[in-house]
Formats: sequence, C-alpha cells, structure tokens
Amino acid sequence: MAKFLFRRLFTMIATALCLTFIVFYLTNLPPNLEKIAKSEAGSRISDAEVESWLQKNGYAQPLLGRYGEWLGVLPGWTATADDGKVTGRCIPKGSDPAAAPRFCGVLQGNWGWSNVFKEPVSQIIATRLSLTGWLMLSVMALMVPVALLIGVLAGMREGSKLDRTLSTFSIATTATPEYVSGVLFITIFASSMTGLKWFKGSATSAMDDITFENFFLPVLTIALYGIGYIARMTRASMTEVMTAQYIRTALLKGVSFRQVVMRHALRNALIAPFTVIMLQFPWLLNGVVIVETLFNYKGFGWTLVQAAGNNDIDLLLGCSVVAVAVVLITQLISDVGYAWLNPRIRLS
Amino acid sequence: MTSSDWTPDQPILEIENLSISFFTRLREIPAVMDFSCTVLPGEAMGLVGESGCGKSTVALAVMRYLGKNGRITGGSIRFKGRDLTQMSDDELRRIRGSEIAMIYQEPMASLNPAMRIGAQLAEVPMIHRGMARAEAWALARQIVADVRLPDPDRILQAYPHQLSGGQQQRIVIAMALMSKPALLILDEPTTALDVTVEAGIVDLVKELAEKYGTSMLFISHNLGLVMEVCDRLTVMYSGEAVETGSVAEVFDRMRHPYTQALFRSIPLPGADKNSRPLVAIPGNFPLPHERPNGCNFGPRCDYFAEGRCNAGDITMTEVGPRHESRCLRVDEIDWSAPPVAKATQGKAEIGEVVLRMEDLRKYYEVTGGGVFGGGPAKVVKANETLSFEARAGETLAIVGESGCGKSTFAKVLMGLETATSGKIMLYDRDIQNTPIEKRNTDTVSGVQMVFQNPFDTLNPSMTVGRQIIRALEIFGQGASDEDRRARMLELLDLVKLPRAFADRMPRQLSGGQKQRVGIARAFAGGAKVVVADEPVSALDVSVQAAVTDLLMDIQRENGTTLLFISHDLSIVRYLSDRVMVMYLGHVVELGTTDQVFQPPYHPYTEALLSAVPIADTHVQKKRIVLEGDIPSAMNPPPGCPFQTRCRWKSQVPGGLCEREVPPVQHLAGGHQIKCHLSDEALTTMEPVIKIAAE
Repeated sequence: MAKFLFRRLFTMIATALCLTFIVFYLTNLPPNLEKIAKSEAGSRISDAEVESWLQKNGYAQPLLGRYGEWLGVLPGWTATADDGKVTGRCIPKGSDPAAAPRFCGVLQGNWGWSNVFKEPVSQIIATRLSLTGWLMLSVMALMVPVALLIGVLAGMREGSKLDRTLSTFSIATTATPEYVSGVLFITIFASSMTGLKWFKGSATSAMDDITFENFFLPVLTIALYGIGYIARMTRASMTEVMTAQYIRTALLKGVSFRQVVMRHALRNALIAPFTVIMLQFPWLLNGVVIVETLFNYKGFGWTLVQAAGNNDIDLLLGCSVVAVAVVLITQLISDVGYAWLNPRIRLS
Repeated sequence: MTSSDWTPDQPILEIENLSISFFTRLREIPAVMDFSCTVLPGEAMGLVGESGCGKSTVALAVMRYLGKNGRITGGSIRFKGRDLTQMSDDELRRIRGSEIAMIYQEPMASLNPAMRIGAQLAEVPMIHRGMARAEAWALARQIVADVRLPDPDRILQAYPHQLSGGQQQRIVIAMALMSKPALLILDEPTTALDVTVEAGIVDLVKELAEKYGTSMLFISHNLGLVMEVCDRLTVMYSGEAVETGSVAEVFDRMRHPYTQALFRSIPLPGADKNSRPLVAIPGNFPLPHERPNGCNFGPRCDYFAEGRCNAGDITMTEVGPRHESRCLRVDEIDWSAPPVAKATQGKAEIGEVVLRMEDLRKYYEVTGGGVFGGGPAKVVKANETLSFEARAGETLAIVGESGCGKSTFAKVLMGLETATSGKIMLYDRDIQNTPIEKRNTDTVSGVQMVFQNPFDTLNPSMTVGRQIIRALEIFGQGASDEDRRARMLELLDLVKLPRAFADRMPRQLSGGQKQRVGIARAFAGGAKVVVADEPVSALDVSVQAAVTDLLMDIQRENGTTLLFISHDLSIVRYLSDRVMVMYLGHVVELGTTDQVFQPPYHPYTEALLSAVPIADTHVQKKRIVLEGDIPSAMNPPPGCPFQTRCRWKSQVPGGLCEREVPPVQHLAGGHQIKCHLSDEALTTMEPVIKIAAE
C-alpha cells in the first residue's frame, strides 16, 4: 500500500508539473505580457517601451526559466536599474535587496501578486477557496445521499413505476443547466412574482454567515444537476447487479428482498458510481463559476472569472494550481476507494 | 415447519402435470408441458436433456423463481405434502435455502464478489435459525472442512475470486448444506469445471447426500454423470418428460425413441469411427413456438407413424415398475434391434509427414501482480519441449484440462504467436517464427482452424455465403466472382448445408449449422492441416455426432491432417488415430489411441480416464480422484509437473519426482511416457475401464 501510494504520488507530481506548465505557457503568451506592460506602465507606450518594461520586470527571459522561478526552483530574477536601484522577483518594493531570499516561488509559499485585487494571491485564494469549500461541502452533503437513494430505489426493480418516475426526474434534472434552474428557482422561491419569498435570491450574506435561507438555493441549483447524473449511473449499476447470478443465489438462500438489496447488491452497485462521485469534485469547481456569479457569492469561481477577465496572470496560475490539486487528489481517493469497495482489485 | 400429514415415507417432492410458460409481448411461449416426477426421501433424481428442453426451468419452478415473465400455468409442485405453487412470498422465503437448496452451474458468478466466503455461508443459519454470528461462523468453518477444503480458516476470510473454480463450487455446495436441506437441486454443477475436478465434486456430492440423507434433483446434459450420481432419471425433450425410470431400467431397457437415439449418438467405448460410427439424430431441436402436433420428437424419429404420432397429445404410459414413457408405439417397436448399420467406411490412408514439431517452447513474460504493473516479471512456460509429427489423413488428438497449454500450442501453430524456441515444419517450410500476417497465402490457407464457439466466430452482419466467399478471396481461390460463388456453393454441399443457406444471416442458423459454416470456411482454401479446438463441446449431444461425422468425412475425402483439441476422452477415443496428453505445458504421454487407452498409462492419463463419466452400465471403472487443483502455470511445482497430485509418486525412490523433470521413456510401438516410474511399476498398472461381460 505504501509503495502504491508512493508511486501514485510520483505520477501525481509529474502530472501537476505538466499541467501547470501548460497553463503557465498559455497565460504567458506574448500578447498577454504586452497587455500587462500596457496596464502597468500606461496604455499609450510604444512597442520599444513595452519591450524595455518587460526586460526590466523579468518577463523577457526564456519561458522555461521563468516557469522555474515561478515554481521556486530557480533563483528569482534581479535587475539593476540605471540609477543603481536593484529590483527583483523576490524583492518587495521598498525593502532591502540584500535581505531578500534567492528563491521565491510557489514552493516557498510565494504565489505572486494579484494585479486586480492588489493583494497577495495566496491570501485571495485562501479566503475565496474556503468560501467555495463551504458551498461544495453543502452540495455534496445534499447531492450524494439523494442521488444514491434515487439510483438504488430506481435500479432495485427495473421497469417498475417507481423506477420510471425516478428516472424521469433524474433525466429532467440532468437536462437542465444551472443557469436555467438557478434563474427558475430565484423567480419561484425568491421573487415577489410568486410571493413565496422562502429563500433569498442572493447569497452575498452567506459569505459572513451561512443560513438555510441564504444558502439553500445556490446549493440546490448545483446539486440538482449532479443528482440526476449520479442517480442515472447508480441506477444502471444497480440494475446490472440485480440481474447478477449471486443475487439469485442470495434470494434462493432465503434472504429477504430488502436484505438482498442492502447486504448483497449495494456494495457491488456502488463501485461504478463512486468514481463518478469523485469526478464531481473537479466538476463542481466549474459548476460554481456560474452559480457564484448568479447568486453573487464571491468564492473561487467568481475569483476565477475576475482573474481571467482582467488578465491577472499570477492569480490565474494560482487558481489553476488549486484546480490541478483538487483533480489529482480526488482521483487518488477514487482509486483507493475503488480498490476498497472492490476486493477483486487489491493494491500491491 | 413440516405440515402435519407428511411422513418421511412419502415423497419429498411431487411434481404433477406441471406446465410453465413465458409470456412475451408477442405470445405465450410454453417452456414446460405436463411434467410429472416424484422424488422419494434420500433419492437422487436426474433430469437429462439438451439445452432448451426445459430442465432448468423445472428446477427454478421448484424454487418458484421464474422471473417476471415466467408463470406456472398448471399443475402442482408438492414439497413434503405442501403445494409450493400456492405459497406466499414469506412462506417461500422460509423454505428457500433452509429446506430446498440449490447449486448452480457457474460457481464464480453465483458467489457475491464483494463479500467474504464466511459471511456468505454464515448468512444462511443466521436467517433461518436466528443463529448468533459467532456460532454461525463456527458452523461455516465446520461445513467448509466437511466439503474437504484445505485450511478452512483462511478460506472463510477469502473473497470468491481468490479461490479456484473447484474450490468455489465446493463453497456453493457448503452454502447449500449449511442448513441441512431436505432437497438439493443441482443445476449442471460441474459443467464449468475440468473433468478431474468434476470427479472430486461428484464424489463429494454423493457422499454428503448420503451423510445428511438429502434428496437430490440433479440436472445435467451428461448421461454418464447422471448414471454415476442418480438412482432415477427423467429424460426431457422440448419441454416434456419423455421417459422416466430407474437408471438401470432406462439405460438398459430404454422405451422411448429419443432416449435410444441419444444413447446411440454419444461415443461409448466400443464405438469406432470406421466400423461402428455414431448415429446422429437427424434434424434440429424444434423452437418452443414451432413444436409439431402430437409427439414433439416425431419429425426426427425413426419410428414415426403418420396419422398416429402427429394426431394428438400423447400421455405418459407405464412400461415397467416406476418406468414410464411418452410413446404411442412402445409395444410395437423392437427395442433390442441393433441400429441400422451405416456402411462401414474404409480407414483413411495415412500418408507422409505433413507437420513436424521439434522441441517447441513457448514462454510468456508476465509482469508481476498489482493493479498498476510493476513487480518482477514472471515467466509462464505454456509449452515445454513439444515434439511430434502428424501425417496426412491422420487425426491427432491433443488432450488436457484447462491451462495445460493446448490452446497456446494451437496459437503458435496458427501463427497468432511465435515460438520461443524450437521448430515447426509444415512440409519442408519452417513456420515457427513467421507470424500470421507475414505468412504467404499458401501457408495460411494450408493451416486452418475450427473454433470452439460457433456463436462468436461468425460475423453477425454478413451472410453465410459472403463469409465463405471472403475466405476464398483471401486464400486467392477462384479466378472470378462467379467462380468463387460456385466454389462456395460446393463448400456448402461439402458440409451438408442446403445451398439456400448462402443468403442467410448467422443468427438464423442453429449452433450445429453455424459450426458447419465454420468448417466450410476452414476448408475453403484446401487446408492441409486443420486445428479443431473443441469443435463440438459447445453443441448439444444430438448435434455433436453429426458434426463429428462431417469432420471425419471431409478428412477421409481430402486426406487432411486433423489436430483435434479436446478434453473429452470419449470422443477422442472414438475418432482419433493418435493421442497426445498434455499437462501444464508438458506432453506427458503420446501414442496411438489403443496405446494411450490401455495400460501402461502415465499416472495423469490414468486419472483422466477414470474421471470421465461413461454412460454405460456395463462399464466398470476404477475410481481415481485427484487431490487438489491443477497448479498455476505461473508457479509450477519443481520436478515433474504432475508430482503434486500423483498417486504413484511413492513408487519412485529418492524423491526424484520432486527434483527432476522426468525423461521421455520410449516404450514399444512408439508409445512415449514422460514419467520416472520404472518399467516394472508401469507393467503393474491395471486397466481403468473394463467392459463387463454381457
């Protein structure tokens, strides 16, 4: 097991390096850099001035070198201006160059500076991610049990009335994108049109204090889409298991139908959906982009939109690191959990 | 639990006029009609018939498990005097697993893959007797020891996939015995297992049934097996019982034409492909919705009388003590008349050497376990020093159980794999290192194969004729399309299929017909060597004889060399000239059919011969049951591959068997045995099969 984890960890790191490099390359394409220079040094500067600004701010080095600096495995750039003032990647403005460390990258905890929020990237990500974390947690807590329940109930007796009803529901929810269901929910439950006003149409207040009233609608909007999806998967898996010969064995052993479902079918039926559920985590990171904007909940998704819209390279990179980490970690959990559920696969 | 008016001298199970139908949207399909049988306490009843005859449906009906579409449309099933067809779900549940238990065909599929063996076993007494968990596990441990599995504690903690097929089946048996049922239903319990493993299971079932006094309903298509296990049997054909009686009665005084035809179509000792050929049952099994009027067997029956047999329903009539038959003409047929002898065929000429193998080896490298690879690579020795030659017009049988390397050998010969070392000479060409895509058309069309499963080997979306023409094109036969079409029609004639079949799709054909198409395709390019890999084992008994005969006929005409791969020694004895016995990649014995089937044997051949059930009451067999399973080819035992299961091992001094691979001993007449046993020890061997004087 330890050996397996070690090997997985190694491939995870390799994957993370590749992915971050791709993002780094894309965000550092020349037009992006030119935009930065213009937004920092004035939009009317000439091409030559752009060139010299990039030179002075360490952007003109080879891409691989700059990736190394960002990562923190290569020493940060330093430049000496004509007036003898030393600037550099690791030298914050107005501090003593001599005291600055040689390396300052993601590995050292220096995630860079956000040009939009005028704050360190690490700080932004920490606050925004924790907000989104609450959202994701609530979504999972609602989505997973409901979806599994629907899937198992539907798949238990294929073709029954219960199955058809639940299947119709799951297809309907999966077929409705969040920006449709979200708007519908706001109109129905939070506007004066129907006069119900059970919930709040904005989740801004939930950033300080989460209540059922201000948080339920965004959670439901995200969860609903996933519920249908996972329920469909669970149902397919469950119907397959219910026709397996060992289910017949169990029934003919005299086990009651309820016990057959609980003891014999469930664990085997959960193997396939488990992977799907784990895949939902990275997908949720996407899902929150729309819903956070819709409900004005300033979390990770909202930050991502801001960073992308404003060419905030450091923040974008930070977001991508988080996304990559979430994907890889959930996949690791998925593989380990899969092996645990399915004894035919054992990790050596 | 038992009803008050039932006493142990009354039948355990009484099925009366049972009819079962399956309902589809289109129509009602009767699966079982007017079926009656009685099982007395302690009695073993066999249910015999070909696939689709309704025998499994009867078994599942006793369990009242017919799925959504199946329904009992008439009759009654009384278990200990209580009618199962009237029971509520709750009552049924109390009987299932406690009083009636079932053993299934595929042990792997019938065990829950995600539950430990112990939990699956202990569940039974916990449900039915409310036993405490610890107590139930203790009982499970005891029963596991009872079914003679080694190391019960480890097995209880294991998951099903960690056991071999034979062990899994023992667990299923143990599960059935957990609550000491009064009736045990066995649905083809050994079909998925190797013969030597099957022998062990059969012994176990018999012994345990005796020990616990359990009655059995034993379902099988194998007459030999039924003879070994059962006291009485019922022969089924197309949804009806056609004959029922005690095993001795039915085997020696059969009173139904189908039973008779069935016995004549299976190879028993004494049958010979040239002098006493098998008699195949003509025609095909009727589909459930196309059953004829009157006697279902009528259209295929030699004694069919127009206007009588197809006039109306025929009932079972008494023909002896507890012996019944569903035939109108029981009294008119001369049952002792010998089968109409087919013209005896001249023996095929054995010609020059066509194929020669010298020291062929095939090793596979397998990367060590684990889900994600890694670990040290292991070498699987699939074939070790294979040397033999095969001549034109000869049938060489290759016999062995699963994992013995016979399929690997076929793959190497066909060029699907290349040999690790050694030589394969086809005439004078070396072909061991030429994979099939690099072989020239001549070689490819010269070495062809007939596959085991005719259902998967034909392209489902191409007509039969098109598939044969395609083979002709690839083999470069015929000058034009018309030419090839004509040749294709000739090939259909050759395999005795109507020419109209050229335009049919494979799904419109029965299993036997598909196999004929497979044979036509193999012979399309005038094959010199044909590898037949278990060509009839997927087919029904009554069709097997016809397909086997066809192969023999074609061989006789074309002088083809036939390499007949099989695990069924009866059929091997019937049709082969020479036999090669393989075990774990080694050829352990090679000789003419007579040499191999007579002592001296290789100890493995001896056990194999003893394990094959023979459906003949005159045959006396010595019972040799091998312990344990075939070792894994990944991890073969040191020394002789067979030493872990050999009963003669003690006769070889100095533990030689455990240290050295035995040399090949050449006995008289080119008979080869790979064994350490001395000549003296070999001469003391007695024949396994004796035919009692009549």
